[in-house]
Amino acid sequence: MFKIRKENLNDLYAKISESMGLYIPIKKAGEVNYHVWGEGKEVSLETLKTVRSPKDAFFPQTENMMKFKTEGKNIDIIDVRDEKRPFVLFGVKACDYKAIEVLDKVFLMDPVDTYYKARRDAITIVTLACSKPEESCFCSVFGIDATAPCGDVTAWLDENYLYWQANTQKGEELTGKVSALFEKGGEEEVKSQQEQTKTILAKLPFATLDLSRFKPENLNELFNAPEWESLSEACLGCGTCTFVCPTCQCFDIRDFKTRDGVLRYRCWDSCMYSDFTLMAHGNSRTTQMQRYRQRFMHKLVYYPSQNDGLYSCVGCGRCVNKCPQRLNIVKVINTLGGKKND
Amino acid sequence: MRDVEQKMIERAAALLQNGEVARVVGWKKGEFYFDPAPAVFETVDELKDFVYNGFCGANLSKYLIKVSKNEGKTAIFMKPCDSYSFNQLVKEHRVDREKIYVIAVECQGKLDIEKIKANGVTAVTNVEENGDKVTVSSLYGETVLDKADVMLGKCLTCKGKTHQAKDEDIILHEMPAPANNRFDEVAKLEAMTEDERFAFWKEQLQKCIRCNACRNVCPACSCLKCVFDNPSSGVAAKANDDRFEEQLFHVIRAFHVSGRCTDCGECSRVCPQNIPLHLLNRKFIKDIDGFYGEYQAGETAEGKTPLTSYKEEDLEVSDVFKGEGK
Amino acid sequence: MQDVTTGNKEFKPNIVAFCCNWCSYAGADLAGSSRLTYPANVKIIRVPCSCRVNPMFVLKAFQQGADGVILCGCHPGDCHYVTGNYYTRRRMALLFSFLNYMGIEKERTRVEWVSAAEGAKFSAVMNDFVKTVTELGENKRLTDLRVKEGK
Repeated sequence: MFKIRKENLNDLYAKISESMGLYIPIKKAGEVNYHVWGEGKEVSLETLKTVRSPKDAFFPQTENMMKFKTEGKNIDIIDVRDEKRPFVLFGVKACDYKAIEVLDKVFLMDPVDTYYKARRDAITIVTLACSKPEESCFCSVFGIDATAPCGDVTAWLDENYLYWQANTQKGEELTGKVSALFEKGGEEEVKSQQEQTKTILAKLPFATLDLSRFKPENLNELFNAPEWESLSEACLGCGTCTFVCPTCQCFDIRDFKTRDGVLRYRCWDSCMYSDFTLMAHGNSRTTQMQRYRQRFMHKLVYYPSQNDGLYSCVGCGRCVNKCPQRLNIVKVINTLGGKKND
Repeated sequence: MRDVEQKMIERAAALLQNGEVARVVGWKKGEFYFDPAPAVFETVDELKDFVYNGFCGANLSKYLIKVSKNEGKTAIFMKPCDSYSFNQLVKEHRVDREKIYVIAVECQGKLDIEKIKANGVTAVTNVEENGDKVTVSSLYGETVLDKADVMLGKCLTCKGKTHQAKDEDIILHEMPAPANNRFDEVAKLEAMTEDERFAFWKEQLQKCIRCNACRNVCPACSCLKCVFDNPSSGVAAKANDDRFEEQLFHVIRAFHVSGRCTDCGECSRVCPQNIPLHLLNRKFIKDIDGFYGEYQAGETAEGKTPLTSYKEEDLEVSDVFKGEGK
Repeated sequence: MQDVTTGNKEFKPNIVAFCCNWCSYAGADLAGSSRLTYPANVKIIRVPCSCRVNPMFVLKAFQQGADGVILCGCHPGDCHYVTGNYYTRRRMALLFSFLNYMGIEKERTRVEWVSAAEGAKFSAVMNDFVKTVTELGENKRLTDLRVKEGK
């Protein structure tokens, strides 16, 4: 294990940036999100939750796919993909790291999404353990250890130092590039921080959420539960929960007319929107209750039933914090999970 | 506030019990003290989850568009600011006034949990309000904060504590009216140069994630189908690709609600990226006041709005920039 | 745009002019038949009344590459539909003030009243507007890069 003094972190970022792109939580116009690092940028590793999740780095909100250029009766198809430069995603929390596993199962499954894969292959992930989890966190419910995330490199942060532990080949390579900045040591400090954090994690209000009813065999019962009406009645049908979610993966493909052709792009879509999966005959889900139910059934029942029980919620709590009307997956789990009636 | 909440529950129960109303729109308890959600209560039994506290900042009036279509009368609890939106909806024939029973409730300014957390308090387990102080308990300890520092942005520029519509009220304490200086921020932007203003809005709007929360929460945005959701409109897009997409959305939205926006501040409250969207709408309000005389949308449920009326002697477009600071 | 003869790069702005059918469009006609000139980079879009123009038209014009947008209608009081241009006046006063609030140069937008008898005014207005926008330069603040890319 290595360590580096906090005041020298800028040198670390600069060193990484010499040969690779660096995505890191940066405060811009008051909000912390993942941005490309540059000298003078306000890095905020202390921020527990970026507004948007790091999924942007390999599944951007909007991505150009191809161009059609028209000249007379001729149409040329132009591949707009550029060579992906290797990049480092720095400061990924345990929940967001788990979310990448959820996304991988969707995009890397046959047929492989080559746009996603190109970015995924170019990425080296440096995760950062949590030391100050908050009330909306419930990653432990999904078996995630916030104090020891995986990734190519795992890092821990305390008042004075950033600790660094390479886990994979890619991680070792990255460590090799920056090792001149490091000193050895830190095992003790990390261990004591982990223990402290674990006592907080155990006390978090959502640490005891009960997921036992969310199983494929209960699909019909859950789907038909009358509680969906009251759970969803305040839902505005906005896309906040889906767009801040680290595991939401739905996208729409659209064409944009340029001067001499068409630009085909894809962009995130939200199952909360009225035009989601709109077809010639209309929409398959016509009420907000149905859309609301779809989102949570997908996360807690449909996805796990196709992926060996892996839930597509990782307990990051972003939707808990950001829903304008304070609806969220925890209220769903508690209401339908039966805990409230006990 | 507890006494107000108690009285509200009693009134709601009485109205439901004697059949005067079929449902009550209010707030429902969440997992914490600070996350109540808007809810419809149809039985006295359901009222056990009814809550009214410092975190009931949501404006309930828009829910009436949907709920009031149901049979029977609907009772709704309204803060002073919500009543402006309500009047505007009645004016636009989106809500039938006859079917609504308005209970005006006391409001001492609502709190913003994000601002509380921005003070470094995290893992919040409880919040208690004591006058102008707020006590926050968390797994890491207890903190006392000044209420003024953690109030919702919209409450800091409160329009006043008078309800614009009501059938009865539950006001048990005095509500001190705050200073109304809501145009200060707009004036500050107006005083900047074009370049500075452009840089300001570019940075702010770049944060936009096109979640549409501002639109969907807005009581003035009551179109059955928004032009930005309509695939045949030619402008429906979810791309977050180019600056223009965000400019288009926010300019068109602000314009479309101009003269109808009551400045309820919900857009800024719900924005996940905390874009100061109210500053867009407020510019229109300020201009309308300046160009055509003071006008507050939602003060009454009748009359024309500034953009559906005119005067022969209105100022010319070329005179707009002749004023000071523009 | 490249000048073929000299090779000099000279900026020629794209101007969109929304003209009401009854006054300003006829004014443009009169300008033409009176042999008065106005720059060819003014693209006229005929609308039934100036109040047909909603903010979306203006923004779309900018998106598609306009460097300036001008609205022309009947003089207040002379509207073919009696009151249309009074509404236009309020809408555009608010919209243009708002666009400027967002940092869009105020010189890029304009409203002028041009009657069917004012061919000379039409020509003068267009010449002046093109001159103003040319001096201002390319519209970079309210434009869609995706459209430009296709150039």
